[in-house]
Amino acid sequence: MPRDNSIKSVLIIGSGPIVIGQACEFDYSGSQAARSLREEGIKVILINSNPATIMTDPMMADKVYLLPLTVESIEQILEENQIDAVLPTMGGQTALNLAKEAEELGVWEKYNCRLIGVDIKAIDKAEDREKFRQWMIKMGVPVAPAKTANSFLEGKEFAQEIGFPLVIRPSFTLGGTGGGFVHSKDQLDEALNRGLSASPIHEVLVEKAVLGWKEFELELLRDSADNVVIICTVENFDPMGVHTGDSITVAPAMTLSDTAFQLMRNTAIDIMRDLGNFAGGCNVQFSLNPETEELIAIEINPRVSRSSALASKATGYPIAKIAAKLAIGYNLDELKNQITKTTSAYFEPALDYVIVKVPRWNFDKFKGANDTLGLQMKSVGEVMAIGRSFTEAIQKACQSLENDAIGLGYYGKSLMKTDELIEYIKTPKWDRIFRIKDALMQGVTVKTIVQATHIDRWFIYQIQQLCDIEKEIATHTLESLPEQLLKDAKKNGFSDDQIAKLLKTDCSDDQVYEKRKALGITRVYKMVDTCSAEFEAKTPYFYSSFEN
Amino acid sequence: MTQTQKVAVLLLEDGHVFYGKAFGAVGTTAGEICFNTGMTGYQEVFTDPSYSGQVLIMNNVHTGNYGVNIKDVESDSVKIRGLIGRNLEERYSRYQATDSLDAYLKKNNIVAIEDVDTRALVAHIRTKGAMNCIISSEVTEVEKLKALLAETPDMDGLELASEVSTKEEYELGDVNSPLKVAVLDFGVKRHILQCLVDRGAHVRVHPAKTPVSRLKEFNPNGYFISNGPGDPAAMPYAVETVKAILAEEKPLFGICLGHQLLALANGIPTFKMHHGHRGLNHPVKNLVTGKSEITTQNHGFGVDPEAVRKHPGVEVTHVNLNDESIEGIRVKGKPAFSVQYHPESTPGPFDSRYLFDDFVAMMK
Repeated sequence: MPRDNSIKSVLIIGSGPIVIGQACEFDYSGSQAARSLREEGIKVILINSNPATIMTDPMMADKVYLLPLTVESIEQILEENQIDAVLPTMGGQTALNLAKEAEELGVWEKYNCRLIGVDIKAIDKAEDREKFRQWMIKMGVPVAPAKTANSFLEGKEFAQEIGFPLVIRPSFTLGGTGGGFVHSKDQLDEALNRGLSASPIHEVLVEKAVLGWKEFELELLRDSADNVVIICTVENFDPMGVHTGDSITVAPAMTLSDTAFQLMRNTAIDIMRDLGNFAGGCNVQFSLNPETEELIAIEINPRVSRSSALASKATGYPIAKIAAKLAIGYNLDELKNQITKTTSAYFEPALDYVIVKVPRWNFDKFKGANDTLGLQMKSVGEVMAIGRSFTEAIQKACQSLENDAIGLGYYGKSLMKTDELIEYIKTPKWDRIFRIKDALMQGVTVKTIVQATHIDRWFIYQIQQLCDIEKEIATHTLESLPEQLLKDAKKNGFSDDQIAKLLKTDCSDDQVYEKRKALGITRVYKMVDTCSAEFEAKTPYFYSSFEN
Repeated sequence: MTQTQKVAVLLLEDGHVFYGKAFGAVGTTAGEICFNTGMTGYQEVFTDPSYSGQVLIMNNVHTGNYGVNIKDVESDSVKIRGLIGRNLEERYSRYQATDSLDAYLKKNNIVAIEDVDTRALVAHIRTKGAMNCIISSEVTEVEKLKALLAETPDMDGLELASEVSTKEEYELGDVNSPLKVAVLDFGVKRHILQCLVDRGAHVRVHPAKTPVSRLKEFNPNGYFISNGPGDPAAMPYAVETVKAILAEEKPLFGICLGHQLLALANGIPTFKMHHGHRGLNHPVKNLVTGKSEITTQNHGFGVDPEAVRKHPGVEVTHVNLNDESIEGIRVKGKPAFSVQYHPESTPGPFDSRYLFDDFVAMMK
């Protein structure tokens, strides 16, 4: 179906203040959507309570309202403007909740303004945990055993039934606020109370914990003709139990066989087609039992999300921009790939690089905060690195954290003994990856680390490869450092500074740079082009790497 | 990737040289260079008989991460001639895996080269087109390699299908099934047969040069013309078989090479593409239903688009949304159809499996 010409003006709802779990990602998606709609000659009216955003710049929309994100503000805007449709899928959970509230009060109907991209029924089905579970069960998609509780007593009863460890997940909250793991009976009361009070409708899901399973996210687009494409598959380095926003994540998926991936893809597509009235970007999360490759659905977000912003940058595919076009009626196969300009937007990006996202925490600024990672997101930002290998990307990411780390390879020496390290990495904390590397440096086996962390051993092998290179560099002086080793170090993401600090004798990063320049080991620049070089790209962006 | 690996060399027909490290079997191998953009399913790709004679570049930067097993194969051995990657992984992670990629390639005597700037290489092939190449981990002198490369035959005009076809007939599925399919094997992928068997068919698979009379003896409800390697224009024997099948007016379904043969049997020429389509993300529009599908593709030859569109007896049913190439045809007035892509996928999306249902419905 081509564009719906009855839509001449659209209201975009922003995501409000920046809080943990909802940051500038939604500014990015809202701005892209505004641009995409105005490209079509549609008048864009925007509401956001946060003036420190790009989307509220006067040139982004035809009219910008800096008002509190409340139903009253919405009414005021609808009163003052002729608005044909509202797009609630760009401003995260906040925008969806507001759209839902306004719907319940009959505001949209009163002003003859329709919801585009998603309808309330679809939002409810996806965002209400119990409805989501029932829906999955009806579709035959496996989920973790769980029950919804609306009171403390109910919660206690269900917890006894399901058994420990379990998860408490409050309904309709941001970034997993109020959620948590309960490993034993003595933690239950507190966790239940916290969860129930965090939920705006005083409701929690008491769910069996699938600790140690692998976690994956699919970012996809669906149009109103039921076409679905997977834009990006993201693998969490950390297994189930750590909020995705607090997990180190990798794209494309590194450890998925095609059989396991196609099962995931098929399930995601079935879910999307059964969602109801929805056109736009969506995120589906799965958990995979590594032993059996059995799959369970964790959740879906029928809107662009924090992960879709990441997926857009990771693949080059502008998810929010295309999602906005789908919301006004276009089908995927009618649109062009914005990067190549010649091929179709209906395709699945292919990557010839690795993306690694590492969250950034600020526990030093929140004295006394519990730095154990879990269901509630605690990071305040993230870095995304691109490399031609996982090792290069993870090192670049660690170099970009703006803390004391110089790559994964150098974060001072751990004062912990081997036993302490093995114990320490059992609990997910912000510095776990650095301590894993310390443990490997001390000779702990990959097997032991996998047992302690449940992180897929492929990732641990990769970190071990970095340790091997590091140890080898440490046996050399700048003069004796062989060309091949220097080349391999650069290809594995070692910075000049890192190499300088590892060498046996004192030298500076400049000296390392001079040596490698003389040897011709210099950066090459590669494109993020959505298609792994299959087609010529017109508007790509670049990253640096090292090649033979 | 370690510092101790042997050096390996890749030489292209146009004289370009790429250096990397040896992986898999030590030796020398030559063939037509091509690239695959898929990010999963390397073992299925390596064992796909359509890749016979080809040296494959994996665009995805890590290959081998989840090892290999005995189930994820499309034939009984590795069919690619050689492998080129950025990072080929020796250490893997998967409970279901039985071996590493390195050991698997060694067992199958496949020479591979890693640590190659595959992106630069792919961009080169994209610009210059398909060509022959040689990789070696034993000969590193470029002049010697040039001499060896000169002996490699050109893919254009090369008949490879009869080499990979089964030598003996064999049967699959329920022998009592009323639904019988005669398969003409030019290098058929295992999952194509599985897709037929899963739909209740009793399948008999025949060698490439089986005469029609023998096919008819099976008294099939329909004929399946398989995928396979090489140039379809170099297979006049197969074109004759397809013509004879068409005269019978029974359902016929062709995939990939089978699609090209159906075109040739209708007098529509095929051509050697600039660098082919190989990957799991190719968008195809079904012109009959108006729906689109993401498809698995692996072909270096195509059906002449102008000739198809002009042909009064053949209808275009599927087109590629990227380059508008012909992805599917059907013969007007006959139950015969074919697609250029791989609806069985493996590896790849299941979007197009409905074609097997269509074929079965046609036979009932």
